[in-house]
Amino acid sequence: MSTAENLTAVLLVVVLTVAVGGYGLRSRSTPDFYVASRTVSPLRNAAAVSGEYLSAASYLGIAGLLVAYGSTMLWYGIGYTAGYLVLLVLVAAPLRRSGAYTVSDFAEARLGSQAVRRTATAFVVLIGWLYQVPQLQAAGLALHAALGAPAWSGAVLVTAVVLVSVIAGGMRSVTLVQAVQFWLKLAALAVPAIVLLLVWHGAWHPSGSPPAAPAPAARTTADQGGGQALYGVYSLMVATFLGAMGLPHVIARFYTNPDGRAARRTTVGVLGLLGVFYLLPEIYGGLGRLYTPGLAAADRADAVVLLLPGRLVPGPTGQLLTALVVAGAFAAFLSTCSGLALSVAAVLSQDLLGGDVRGFRRASALAVLAPCAIALLLSESGVSVAHEVGLIFSVAASTFCPLLVLGIWWRRLTPSGAVAGMLVGGGLSVSALMLTLLGAGGPGWAGILLAEPAAWSVPAAFLTMVGVSLATPGTVPAGTSRMLARLHMPESLDAGTAGRSAVADDRSSRTPVRPSRDGRH
Amino acid sequence: MAEPARRVTVTHPRTRAARPGRPNAAVRDVHEQTPLGEVYVEALMRTQLRLALLVCGAVCLPLACLPLLLLGHLGAPPGIRLWGVGLPWLVLGLPVYVLLVTAGLCYLRRAERHERDFVEHVHRS
Repeated sequence: MSTAENLTAVLLVVVLTVAVGGYGLRSRSTPDFYVASRTVSPLRNAAAVSGEYLSAASYLGIAGLLVAYGSTMLWYGIGYTAGYLVLLVLVAAPLRRSGAYTVSDFAEARLGSQAVRRTATAFVVLIGWLYQVPQLQAAGLALHAALGAPAWSGAVLVTAVVLVSVIAGGMRSVTLVQAVQFWLKLAALAVPAIVLLLVWHGAWHPSGSPPAAPAPAARTTADQGGGQALYGVYSLMVATFLGAMGLPHVIARFYTNPDGRAARRTTVGVLGLLGVFYLLPEIYGGLGRLYTPGLAAADRADAVVLLLPGRLVPGPTGQLLTALVVAGAFAAFLSTCSGLALSVAAVLSQDLLGGDVRGFRRASALAVLAPCAIALLLSESGVSVAHEVGLIFSVAASTFCPLLVLGIWWRRLTPSGAVAGMLVGGGLSVSALMLTLLGAGGPGWAGILLAEPAAWSVPAAFLTMVGVSLATPGTVPAGTSRMLARLHMPESLDAGTAGRSAVADDRSSRTPVRPSRDGRH
Repeated sequence: MAEPARRVTVTHPRTRAARPGRPNAAVRDVHEQTPLGEVYVEALMRTQLRLALLVCGAVCLPLACLPLLLLGHLGAPPGIRLWGVGLPWLVLGLPVYVLLVTAGLCYLRRAERHERDFVEHVHRS
């Protein structure tokens, strides 16, 4: 494999990220930093949401799992996409109309309680940090596979670039970077995929004779008994369908829509873009099973996307395709990490460091450096990237999904119910995640229950939230009706005050949402 | 001097002044959360929630049946191949994504229509 081309590809992506980020340096005011002043159009925002969402797990992880475990793993891509459908129908427009910057703001605005806000903030930071860890690990893996560099260098490189781009430009620059990087990722995966399909079909022989296709590898997992495999798929469906709405960087992205209607249209756009993208890992996974079955045994399945073009297409064409794939992979690490860093920095600076621009810059340093340290400590956890991300989806589905869904649709939610539900769901799913990362569990039912906790932790969170709320009926916040009306009423109703939601709410203060103040009268 | 001034007031602004605030009464009800306004919002929420659950059900039920089918729990042998590709690889690819995007588009149209109807209804009453 040629190192020079791959190095050039990585450097090009880094330069592109920093350059496009520098274009956003004109963003100066505090609202610019957080939400790009809500001037982003649905199409660009859809590309930005997708760009931020398609992480190392989607780009490298799904294909790796497909090689290792077969077609059952196709549910990862489906779940990652279907999460946006659930988000669209249950939360997209009301979430935007709540007019808050972060999920902590939403929690405080809806329930008027500092305890709920602090609990939400703790989970935003936790999910944001944990989610960056597999990205940084995958960056190390990619640099190792493509350049032979040591694994820590990938994490350090990604951390440095994200730190510069987020501190310099905030959300405006990140929005543009994300949109550009979505198209980069799509092209970087699609062009080699088309070539690989041509080679597989025998329509094109790059070096005269096509590589002989071995018979499909036998399933590498002998322990996937019927009941356990079925439970795994269903639990994965729960986690991914309900988890997407709880990811802090996805939620933050919704505040950059001008109104609730645009938020819905953005989400449909995201559905379309993701639907196209997730067909590609399937191609790499399927061909990887045919041509590189040895990777799964060598525990390097996550690298299949990076290695497959070089295996099937020898010579300079293959090197070029490999460089393209490597570039796309780096776009994936950078975009997801910067989105996460931004949303973690937003809650940290608002809750701890005073929500001005300087506090935001200090907070982003904290938001980026902490996961880098975790990634370097946990360099070899042995859990695949996509599975690790699936576990973090379980945490999001067990904490923010009940908070958002019940907060938007149920009048009788109380602050104590929300806190209890988040603590129970988050506690259960985080313990399962930690135990899995530490290698507890094993092959039996205990192992699969820990490895896919969503099927039991999400219902536990919902039941606790509903039960505790019903047990404390006296503490339903006074402003609930007003807040629900605000969440659900179309903006076109107040024709006289048009633009109110777009302009008047963009105040950066510790409590940027007016109804929470109204509610405490 | 007085005559042209009176002419000006006879046109458009006068017609609106003849019914002071009436078109906006219901809008105010909704904004200020009078009991009537709350009924409006409650009705809108119920319509939108019913639509949301319908879309979720219509998508999740077929998807929930797929693992049963593809893992061979409902009798279908898992070894079927079409054009050299295993059945799960075909079913869990394009068709599922088309279903998801179609469901999203249908939801978008219905939800926006509900909101238009709501605005019209409030302005009319």
